[in-house]
Amino acid sequence: MKNKKTFRSNLITYLLVIVAFVICQLVLEGAIPGVKMTRSLKGQLVPICVYIVMAVSLNLTVGISGELSLGHAGFMSVGAFSGIVMSSWLVSAFQFENETIRLIIAMVTGGVFAGAAGVLIGIPVLRLRGDYLAIVTLAFGEIIRNVMNCLYFSLDGKALYIGFNNPSLPGKLLVNGPAGATGVDKISTFTMGFAPIIFTLFVVLNLINSRSGRAIMAIRDNRIAAESMGINVTKYKMMAFVTSAVLAGMAGALYGLNYSTVVASKFRFDTSILVLVFVVLGGIGNIRGSIIAATVLTILPEVLRAFSDYRMLVYAIVLIVVMLATNSPLLRNLVERIRPKKKAEAKGGDAV
Amino acid sequence: MTQIKRKSDTKMVPVPSMAIVPERDIDKAPVLEARHLGIEFGGLKAVDDFNIIIGKTEIAGLIGPNGAGKTTVFNLLTKVYQPTTGTVLINGKDTHGMNTVQANKAGIARTFQNIRLFNNMTVEENVRIGLHNQVKYGMFSGILRAPSYWKQEKKQHEKSLDLLSIFDMQDMADVKAGSLPYGAQRRLEIVRALATNPSLLLLDEPAAGMNPHETEELMENIIKIRDQFQIAVLLIEHDMNLVMGICEGICVLNYGRIIAKGTADEIQQNPVVIEAYLGKQKEA
Repeated sequence: MKNKKTFRSNLITYLLVIVAFVICQLVLEGAIPGVKMTRSLKGQLVPICVYIVMAVSLNLTVGISGELSLGHAGFMSVGAFSGIVMSSWLVSAFQFENETIRLIIAMVTGGVFAGAAGVLIGIPVLRLRGDYLAIVTLAFGEIIRNVMNCLYFSLDGKALYIGFNNPSLPGKLLVNGPAGATGVDKISTFTMGFAPIIFTLFVVLNLINSRSGRAIMAIRDNRIAAESMGINVTKYKMMAFVTSAVLAGMAGALYGLNYSTVVASKFRFDTSILVLVFVVLGGIGNIRGSIIAATVLTILPEVLRAFSDYRMLVYAIVLIVVMLATNSPLLRNLVERIRPKKKAEAKGGDAV
Repeated sequence: MTQIKRKSDTKMVPVPSMAIVPERDIDKAPVLEARHLGIEFGGLKAVDDFNIIIGKTEIAGLIGPNGAGKTTVFNLLTKVYQPTTGTVLINGKDTHGMNTVQANKAGIARTFQNIRLFNNMTVEENVRIGLHNQVKYGMFSGILRAPSYWKQEKKQHEKSLDLLSIFDMQDMADVKAGSLPYGAQRRLEIVRALATNPSLLLLDEPAAGMNPHETEELMENIIKIRDQFQIAVLLIEHDMNLVMGICEGICVLNYGRIIAKGTADEIQQNPVVIEAYLGKQKEA
């Protein structure tokens, strides 16, 4: 019974994403008469995909594993730069021009490098708990950004040169320290942005409903009890943290290859917080909520362009109103009254 | 030695050795042996020179006034605290340097005084966490839904319902653990601990908050669990009916030291024990 319920809920999540994707594609191709996407909204399509992946992966750390991580943008930047370098290297070393495959390889590379960064950071960070963990992940996010600021990559045929604080490298400079990566091939497409979303959902939803996922949630609910049930706390916390980092790295590669110029300061603390806002507003631990919140909150600033100067003010007000509304008992009662089935179920649960 | 009369008519297990009493037979190795166990918190000796031997399939009790250090003993046995002196042997194996996870794998499972369930997970999922190290498959077969995933998930499901049936809790399998009534939460904790396949079950005040009828049922169930799983049980309890009713050996703790060991009858007549309990009442 429980399995059927989670199966149905997962199916709804997948369908939601697929239907939204199909509608967007139809609108893009002009198949639906009368509905057109503005240019600025078209530009937001790939970032929406990126932020959905970011939000779902952060939800794995914050909602499922229960650790407040404020350095998620750090993994994104690792993924972005390693992805950019990989895709350019493929061209310069092998004259490999197929954009789709290059993007896939770039995303895999981004995921691998971000995962490695996740392991390195996870070892010291996951010894901490609560607020301390949040502060240290924040610091590590900043450290990654500053390291990226000092990195120089250049390509010379098949050779790839890496310099730390040293821009005088042979060949064509690809990543130029604080000036970032310039002349990047914009190979990210909306279709290819859709793939990592499905991949992320597949990984996260299947992980949650497996032995490992249950262990991760048990640690969140009660660490001491989980330990005395023979669950290796470090292992499973690490599993959640690194999986989350890998997915963020993939999103980063997709993001980096969507612009011709990418600078490290793009992945600042605000980006981490922005993703955290998606997670919190969508509901901590609620994957579908993260997807919806990431989509709506990425579109919102574009829609609010009419308010010009007051745009961010209205954005903040909308955020606060949504938070208040979803927490108000009045609205919750109303929702419960509309859905009598769920109410009866809850009562039945209490009675036993 | 007096034989404790039993409430249930279940088949007898190999004669339960009078654990705490030193002169009795214990197969090859006792399930639990604590040697000179002690811990200090900033100079305060919470537990001092604690020695205990528990035989296979024995039900032992640990009693004492409030603050005597009973739960600290549990924490020492399960390696939540590392002892400052002495050591614990589980099935003859030294647990020195082990952590809680390793102690559990060595064969100790426990419940908690203040219930520690995984509240946001269902009853069945709670039991499945107990089965974590019994029915295994890796992270990737979980994500990719490999054949081993389906096979082991099915096995976990069957096993957890099997375990829940000890307390007739199969119908509640899909209820959130946090929304269970108090008594059911305590029972679920026992089921979850049993799922880890222990050779020694530690129960920290299993009857707390239960009415006399529920306590009666619990006593029968503890004996049933012992007979069915062939394990030893060590319990902390303030309900003397329960302790005197089912414990074959009793150990009395006061100010972190053992003041008496013996059978229920011996303990009831021990002047030191009476003094410890009545003295406490006078002060209060």
